[in-house]
Amino acid sequence: MNSAARGFPERAAAALADPVLGAALDKLQGEFRRDRGAMLSRMPEFEALRDRAMTVRNYALADMDGLLEQFERNVIATGGTVHWCRDAEEARATVTRLCREADAKTAVKSKSMLSEEIALNDALVDAGIEPVETDLGEYILQLRRETPSHIVMPAIHLNAGQIGDAFRKSHSDRDSGRDLSNADALLAEARATLRRRFLDADVGITGANALIAETGSILLVTNEGNADLVHTLPKTHIAVVGIEKVLPTLSDAMAVVRVLARSATAQEITSYTTLVSGPARTDEADGPRAFHVVLVDNGRSKMLAGPYADALRCIRCGACQSLCPVYGAIGGHAYDAVYAGPIGAVLTPALGGLERAPHLPQASSFCGQCEDVCPVRVPLPALMRRLREDSFRRPDIAVAGRRLTRFWSWAARRPALYRPGLRLGLAMLRLLGAHRGAIRSLPFISGWTGARDFPVPEGGSFVEKWHASGREPKR
Amino acid sequence: MDGTQEPDNGDVPRVGLFATCLVDAMRPSVGFAAAKLLQDAGCIVSVPKAQTCCGQPAWNAGDRADAAAIARQVVDTFGAFDYTVAPSGSCAAMLRIHYPALLADDPVWKGRADALAAKSWELVSFLTDICGVKSTGVHHDGVATYHDSCSGLRELGIAGQPRTLLAKVDGLTLREHDTADVCCGFGGTFCVKYTDIAAAMTDKKIDAIAATGAQTVLAGDLGCLMAIAGRARRRGIALRSRHVAEVLAGMADRPAIGEGE
Repeated sequence: MNSAARGFPERAAAALADPVLGAALDKLQGEFRRDRGAMLSRMPEFEALRDRAMTVRNYALADMDGLLEQFERNVIATGGTVHWCRDAEEARATVTRLCREADAKTAVKSKSMLSEEIALNDALVDAGIEPVETDLGEYILQLRRETPSHIVMPAIHLNAGQIGDAFRKSHSDRDSGRDLSNADALLAEARATLRRRFLDADVGITGANALIAETGSILLVTNEGNADLVHTLPKTHIAVVGIEKVLPTLSDAMAVVRVLARSATAQEITSYTTLVSGPARTDEADGPRAFHVVLVDNGRSKMLAGPYADALRCIRCGACQSLCPVYGAIGGHAYDAVYAGPIGAVLTPALGGLERAPHLPQASSFCGQCEDVCPVRVPLPALMRRLREDSFRRPDIAVAGRRLTRFWSWAARRPALYRPGLRLGLAMLRLLGAHRGAIRSLPFISGWTGARDFPVPEGGSFVEKWHASGREPKR
Repeated sequence: MDGTQEPDNGDVPRVGLFATCLVDAMRPSVGFAAAKLLQDAGCIVSVPKAQTCCGQPAWNAGDRADAAAIARQVVDTFGAFDYTVAPSGSCAAMLRIHYPALLADDPVWKGRADALAAKSWELVSFLTDICGVKSTGVHHDGVATYHDSCSGLRELGIAGQPRTLLAKVDGLTLREHDTADVCCGFGGTFCVKYTDIAAAMTDKKIDAIAATGAQTVLAGDLGCLMAIAGRARRRGIALRSRHVAEVLAGMADRPAIGEGE
């Protein structure tokens, strides 16, 4: 088992003991639950929109290779370039090379989970190029040297005080006595600081919410507008995008847009929905001179051919995280994976190998909330269960309770043994605490009694009592 | 029926009661309450001796072979009844939703699993949706809240049925907690494997229940109730946990789950 899996219980325990994190998660989940509920009540057709978005994503994935080639042709036709990268290493090398070719000292970035997945910032720093995150949440995390804890709200684990501290430490040229106690003050300071960085940057790096095959455009969906500065101000625009994001038409992209913001933040639509089609035309004064799309596979085409393909429908809205009760208890960092929560529990092992994250698909109560809110109906519990099957079969992966599960199943298949065994077990439990009603400590299920009293059985087996009472009808 | 013939199907449905391993072992009174509700609704109730567990622990652990073996045993044990009814959303969902998936590639058993799935029901939804029960005509004093167990809610769509019947219980005030559809942290073996995470989830559930002022939490799954009762007791919170069948059958006179006698 890898270190990430070994450390999961410890990280979860630390997260549970962190009151700031707990308050942040309660706020996130309470507000999202309320706002999404209000959105649904205004929108009875939302279920139909989910069906439509799922259908669109399915037919796009079924024709992914052809659509990507069409996309490339149309990017070239608009004056851009497409780069194909098999894995994270190729993607890092490609982006780094493009930055060097642009003589870049700094690259401003808008929010991209793929850039996290391929650890792009580290590669840029190693190459002597300074990456500057411009999404407010990502900017805060960069100052704090942290990773995102949520797909669309990366700094959701922090409170205003922690953000103010990070600003004071990093923006040391400013008046140390300034008021940073409210969101507006933090926003104003971030905006003023970042504005300079936008103007100085040589390269702008974005992700994309979709690639449109018929036009060769990329779709950017944001609330802060930073992405639009990232791709219009610097001379070079590089979009790093997972290959599964391709869609046939603009109309298909709108089917995704209609469910994306509603599922991400319960907004009808985000503040900015931008289509970028190629670099600036020769007669245009503004805009980048070069437009590159770096297409990244990194396990996706293999995943598409296997049992976890349904998870490639994911449009990265984060709704499964925002409502998952396990995520709500421990937050994103405890998972120690780029993609946390239910979607991460499938994507992380499906993309990178089960041995890298065997703990993720196990840490779910299978409550089904994730599948219930997923705008493209990814059957997350079923996919997690399938990953558990893969784990159960593999001797190299430790599965908690594997032998106990097998023993229970063995007994359950032998009613003639199960009955007397149950009788004995029940009698022992009754001896331990019938008068109190519950038992405080039981060594063989310390996982239960570590946090809960164990209710004492009422006495006897229902099946045996039923038959002893003569209630069973004669045949 | 005139009594001279062997009772056959006739108009009277023959129900195989799948008590579930938890009710069988932990709380037989829920089994008797379920049987009474079914009989009052006009069913002939049978409790096959060969029943043990539905195989959910194996299925959710990824032990497909064992889960399939148990599924075949349950199909064999209950296949002959007009209906199979369980006082549990998650076990009923196992029969109804997961057995067909589990045995889909088995040419011999697929048809039988599909047939059992089509006639397998969770208790309360069976009473309302198949038997047409509108009220169970019982009295129970107190203020209670209802917890939607996840499998019953999301896999079988059970939400209105228990509330409809509980609303007809004389003397009972039902108060919703605003996270009634959020997991209680039980999750089968999840709560044993991830003790602390599960306890944090149960704490949120208990706090939401306490905020309503209800003295009793009712649910359709014993696992959830044991998890809530056990955690409430550990925290010293006075909260009674009962299976919804106990109240609906007018058989809630025993100590609540985890209470001393």
